[in-house]
Amino acid sequence: MGAILKIIAQRLVLGGVTLLVVSLVIFLAVNALPGDFAEAILGQGATPEAIEAIRRDLGLDRPLWERYLVWLARMLQGDLGVSFAQLNFQSNLGGTQLKTVAEQIAPRFANTIFLAGVTAAIAVPVSLMLGVLAALYRGSIFDRAANIFTLTSISSPEFFLAYILILFLAVLNPVFPSLSNIYEGMSFFDRLERTMLPALTLTLVVTAHMMRMTRAAIINLLASPYIEMARLKGLSPMRVIVVHALPNALAPIINVIALNLAYLITGVVVVEVVFVYPGIGQLFVDSVKIRDIPVVQACCLIFAGAYILLNLTADILSILSNPRLRHPK
Amino acid sequence: MSFWATILLSLAAIAVAAWVFRWGGQKLTNNRPFFRDMPFGVAFGYVFGAVALAGVVHLYVLARTLPPAEANKYFFFRLAVEGFIGFSIAAWLFRAAGRRIGTQASRKLFRQMPLTAAFGIMIILAYAFVAIFAGWLAPYGQEEVLGAANVVPGGDPAIGGDPRFPLGTDQIGRDILSRLIYGAQNTVGIAFVTTALAFFLGGSFGFLAATLGGWLDQLLSRFVDVLMAIPALIFALLLMTIATVWAPKLGIPLTVFMVIIIAVIDSTRVFRLARAVGLNIVVMDYIEAAKLRGEGLGYLIFREILPNAYAPLLAEFGLRFCFVFLTIASLSFLGVGIQPPLADWGTMVRDLAQFINFAAFAPQVAVAPLLAAGAIALLTVAVNFVVDWMLQKSSGLKE
Repeated sequence: MGAILKIIAQRLVLGGVTLLVVSLVIFLAVNALPGDFAEAILGQGATPEAIEAIRRDLGLDRPLWERYLVWLARMLQGDLGVSFAQLNFQSNLGGTQLKTVAEQIAPRFANTIFLAGVTAAIAVPVSLMLGVLAALYRGSIFDRAANIFTLTSISSPEFFLAYILILFLAVLNPVFPSLSNIYEGMSFFDRLERTMLPALTLTLVVTAHMMRMTRAAIINLLASPYIEMARLKGLSPMRVIVVHALPNALAPIINVIALNLAYLITGVVVVEVVFVYPGIGQLFVDSVKIRDIPVVQACCLIFAGAYILLNLTADILSILSNPRLRHPK
Repeated sequence: MSFWATILLSLAAIAVAAWVFRWGGQKLTNNRPFFRDMPFGVAFGYVFGAVALAGVVHLYVLARTLPPAEANKYFFFRLAVEGFIGFSIAAWLFRAAGRRIGTQASRKLFRQMPLTAAFGIMIILAYAFVAIFAGWLAPYGQEEVLGAANVVPGGDPAIGGDPRFPLGTDQIGRDILSRLIYGAQNTVGIAFVTTALAFFLGGSFGFLAATLGGWLDQLLSRFVDVLMAIPALIFALLLMTIATVWAPKLGIPLTVFMVIIIAVIDSTRVFRLARAVGLNIVVMDYIEAAKLRGEGLGYLIFREILPNAYAPLLAEFGLRFCFVFLTIASLSFLGVGIQPPLADWGTMVRDLAQFINFAAFAPQVAVAPLLAAGAIALLTVAVNFVVDWMLQKSSGLKE
């Protein structure tokens, strides 16, 4: 048991270090902007005095490493700064109520998690089932049709799948709304209904990959002696696969599920824009367009953090499910 | 909720029909092994497939026979079915032609080829042709504003079309057909250049790390680890934000920045593969022999390692190309990729997407954005089919 804890602790530390370096990369990238935030906030009609004042406020006159440490310390306390759009609004129109980036992101982050959750709830069981079926009837028409279908949906761009779904399920046969108009205080079912089309789009993208990996992982095992033994005992093919092959194929499958959930985090950006889903991806793209650096920075960090965390989880779960990795020689 | 009720009811009906099908088969054929040993799931699958096929035929017949106003609803369905059948026949003919024409080796290749791979090769060749000869094929220039804006596709003057613009014009009056054709040149060309650059960077650093090892290997590998910890599309968007500020200051087009950014991000994946493949080759005896002969680093990499790493790298090139192509299309779709005067499929989808909402009344209008998105999907699907076949062939993965 101690050995496992040690391995997990090692991975966690490694993940923390990676996140730290990633934050440095993001910080440096943002600071590679010509000019600085002061000019960016004030725009064109800025007087030198105003720029000087904002520079002092934001601490831009101090050296780079000091700014990084301050920024990092604030990030760790959950203080993500204030968006330029908000600052600009305030400096032009007055008013003291400023929404911080953290306040802006929090509800949208919850929406994105909801979308990813709905997607995972549909995609994981469906893809496992289809993968097992494809492995069971490998080489049949079903298997080949599934292969072609999954290859097609993996390689199509997300917005193509999204518009096809809008065309058939929202415009021609109005089953779901084509715009995900989500606001606070909606009932769960309303919300689910409006999340359905984006979730289905993401499901199409992710299911294909998970199903192919499930199929491959099971087929890889079919040549092993214990599967042959089970077959010779006279078990039905379904039982051989579900009871004997599936538990042993679990490690690669868990890995692929976690990686695909990590993929959801990035795939979500395009899908959210198509469906105008009020999630963090939409906010990110909007901020990229108006170069709202604090928001871009914060979103980037959140995306990278979630990505690293899910990869870490995949890593740890695959170690836990495989005794050979659990007791390294 | 009637939608869900219909689905549940039909599934139940199919289940009953499947049971009847198996039972009837057993009775009629006097318990032939095929029916006797059939699990219920397989019977269900057969009936389900038959019902689905019947449904497709039924809808297609509806689409052909209903009066035009009602057939609008099935227009895209008809298009999809006809497209599927048309492409299948074309791929079959292409494969049949490939089996008869060409050298001994190419004929042999075509004989073993599955239909999907033949389809992929055909599409890739067609795209290459269109991309190279776009200037001759396109009826108008890609930036030419032709006066009439928002002409409906189809060329039927009764509903707002114009025979001079078979696919209509966009919101400022540029010919959509010409822009689609030029899009092949721009989108595919830029993606190809980006992938080639990514391979040059990732491949050379990967082989260098594998051959030299030591601190250089450690440094490069850790650097790549960090870059790979940030999701590719997110990192590309972040860097593009910064590039949009730099580009006008330096007077370099934004597209150049995009090519470099995506190439660098993507080269990390190539680096991983090239290093792994290179490490396996470096320990071979012939590398040892070459080293003892006193060959230089360049000779080792280009004359010894590269020829032996050729097969996995080629398959990876196909996959990377798809990935880069999709990233560029997504960036353009989000509005930060290939910039306006150039025709590009991702941007076209974004600009024309709102017309999809009119599909129920005037399906022709919705054709243009879907064609642009479909053009992207078709190429990536084609490349994936070919890569899938190549991987299966090289690994001997039959079962």
